[in-house]
Amino acid sequence: MVYNKKDLIGLRELSKEEILYFLDSAQQFKDLNNSEIKKDKLLHGKTVINAFFENSTRTRVSFETAAKRLAADAINFSSSSSSVSKGETLVDTIKNMQSMKTDIFVLRHSASGAASFVANNIDASVVNAGDGANEHPTQALLDLFTIKEHKGTLEGLNVSIIGDILHSRVARSNIWAMNKLGMNVRIFGPATMIPKYSEVFNCKVCKTMEEAVEGSDVIIMMRIQLERQNESLVPSIREYSKFFGLNKERIKLSNKDAIIMHPGPINRGVEINSDVADSQRSVILDQVENGVAIRMAVLNILNQNRKG
Amino acid sequence: MRLLIKNGTIVNNDNTQKANVLIENDKIIDIINHEDVTVDETINAEGMLIVPGLIDMHVHFRDPGYEYKDDLESGSKAAVAGGVTTCLPMANTNPLNDNRSITEAMIAKSKNIGLIDLLPIGAISKGFKGESIVEMGDMIEAGAVAFSDDGLPVTDSSVMRSALEYASSFNSFVISHSEDCCLAHRGVMNEGEISTILGLKGMPSEKEEIMVARDMLLAKLTGGHIHIAHVSSEWSLKLIALAKKEGINVTCEVAPHHFSFTDKKLLTYDTNYKMSPPLRSQRDMEAMREGLKNGLVDVIATDHAPHHSDEKFVEFEKAPFGILGLQTLVPLTLKLVEDNVISLNKMVELTSYKPAKLLKLENKGKIDKGMLADIAILDPNLEYIYDDNLNKSKSKNSPLLYEKLKGAAVYTIKNGNVVYKFPECITK
Repeated sequence: MVYNKKDLIGLRELSKEEILYFLDSAQQFKDLNNSEIKKDKLLHGKTVINAFFENSTRTRVSFETAAKRLAADAINFSSSSSSVSKGETLVDTIKNMQSMKTDIFVLRHSASGAASFVANNIDASVVNAGDGANEHPTQALLDLFTIKEHKGTLEGLNVSIIGDILHSRVARSNIWAMNKLGMNVRIFGPATMIPKYSEVFNCKVCKTMEEAVEGSDVIIMMRIQLERQNESLVPSIREYSKFFGLNKERIKLSNKDAIIMHPGPINRGVEINSDVADSQRSVILDQVENGVAIRMAVLNILNQNRKG
Repeated sequence: MRLLIKNGTIVNNDNTQKANVLIENDKIIDIINHEDVTVDETINAEGMLIVPGLIDMHVHFRDPGYEYKDDLESGSKAAVAGGVTTCLPMANTNPLNDNRSITEAMIAKSKNIGLIDLLPIGAISKGFKGESIVEMGDMIEAGAVAFSDDGLPVTDSSVMRSALEYASSFNSFVISHSEDCCLAHRGVMNEGEISTILGLKGMPSEKEEIMVARDMLLAKLTGGHIHIAHVSSEWSLKLIALAKKEGINVTCEVAPHHFSFTDKKLLTYDTNYKMSPPLRSQRDMEAMREGLKNGLVDVIATDHAPHHSDEKFVEFEKAPFGILGLQTLVPLTLKLVEDNVISLNKMVELTSYKPAKLLKLENKGKIDKGMLADIAILDPNLEYIYDDNLNKSKSKNSPLLYEKLKGAAVYTIKNGNVVYKFPECITK
């Protein structure tokens, strides 16, 4: 086993080999998902709890689908109807569910560091399904899988990540991984959404949308969180769309076979126009499809690691 | 009752000498070079440093109101276990110390415990609302020594102006918790490379510096004495240096954690390193050390801020700010001496002599004939694990708990009585 840890918390700590191992493992599950009987028994008799302390639809459904296709008992939990609202702590809530002989927790939480905090205090495995603005490793893995699928390679590709980098766990996980894989990453967004200390990302910070898009092989648009408007980070959606949105004209600056990605859910007409989101270049729905395969690979690898 | 401390090295702010200290009742009655005296008790301080009892100008004892974190008794025990004989507790108790009856109650309880001198800091504003100033005269009469809304800044500049002007009528001063709360609201750590890596909301150092600048200007306007609490950033010190150069009545303190650690400690999301102001960059930490060395910083104060383990055992964003400090003051400050940042004399100046001067405590801050017998005997070479047996606070929120430390108070003497002795099983 290239990857032998109990948990998957983030990609910053992973080696190139470990990242590629997840991608390679996902291929067999993609093939399975495309077969008539989309089911394997690899996690038969195992319990996976999707512990979502923050709202999510696609990530939760993706993980639930992945667990069920591996024959695990997948249980969904959301904090709005839980004892957390009665004042119970995060660790106590998880430990109670662990006592029900849970094998793997898929944890989504609004606080950065929550996944490692939980993982360090329980015996069950933890998959980070997004913690605050820290990391969202399975999203980055599915992004990489999709890029590799379309481009045939990862090394040397020019990738532009555009939008709210400051608050994006998807951007962070992608940047950490892409640097290790030899990809050339550029970031761009309103200055209010680019960290002041972005040199830690070891990638180019662009000044204009045109500079960001030109010569790109991959363009990843980040979702703008509409509630951020209240923080005076952007003056209006209209202006954001005008200066930081992706449209057909701007795509012409990218390489001819560039692909367009988005972690979803997309705000049509804001960060991405419909004529781009629905174009031939868009691989947004491929990302969603590959997400299930990646998550099956992650659950399977962690389950194997649990067997020791 | 006569006590002789023999064979030790007396360290004052301005001199070091090998001599014996003769104490009678609560006073130092002589510094002698022989042992030919009749005494009731002798302490052999061979290889030890005899320093004036440490004065901590910034502690939180959580009493009244949050006694489960610490109370005046556990706080006092932690103080003397750290060589500290005088403490200034901040006003953010519950109820707040914003009137004389709370001040009186705190002092009475502390006197009953009898381990340290408690000199309460009153609130600046009634109810910490930042709207109208407290009855400072009445509170000083009751025993308060200075005023601060520590934990919160006074955002209304006219209220801060009044506080500075009014406190000066009573020859007292105002302690500024310098923070522009609107800048990086809900920040949980220093804004820098580490917060960018971790995806945690940062607090830029400008959040502190903006308010330091304002309070310097208000001190210029009023002539009042402003003391800047827990300075953490390089530019705060630059502003303070400018103000001092211009003759503005300003003093400041630095906490041991700010001259010992940087925000790199947060890479594991350890909530025991979460504090406000936060641990900052290497450059800021070095600026603190330089400020201590060159005399810009007046005082080392711990900002001892106990929190219950349950409160810290949560997601990083949810954990309260604060760290224990009283029992790590000596080892962290001695480390500065070991690193040749400051001398032992300077250490005494920062931890005892200068606080006594600021607080106008004429009989404290020196080992000398006629002074109060508040003394800490330090073993700079003692190595030990700071564990649950040694920790006297009710709380455990120190990142140094269970770590190996070097240097400790092995005896603490208050008013001529030994009020703390380091466990013999460890010293032997």
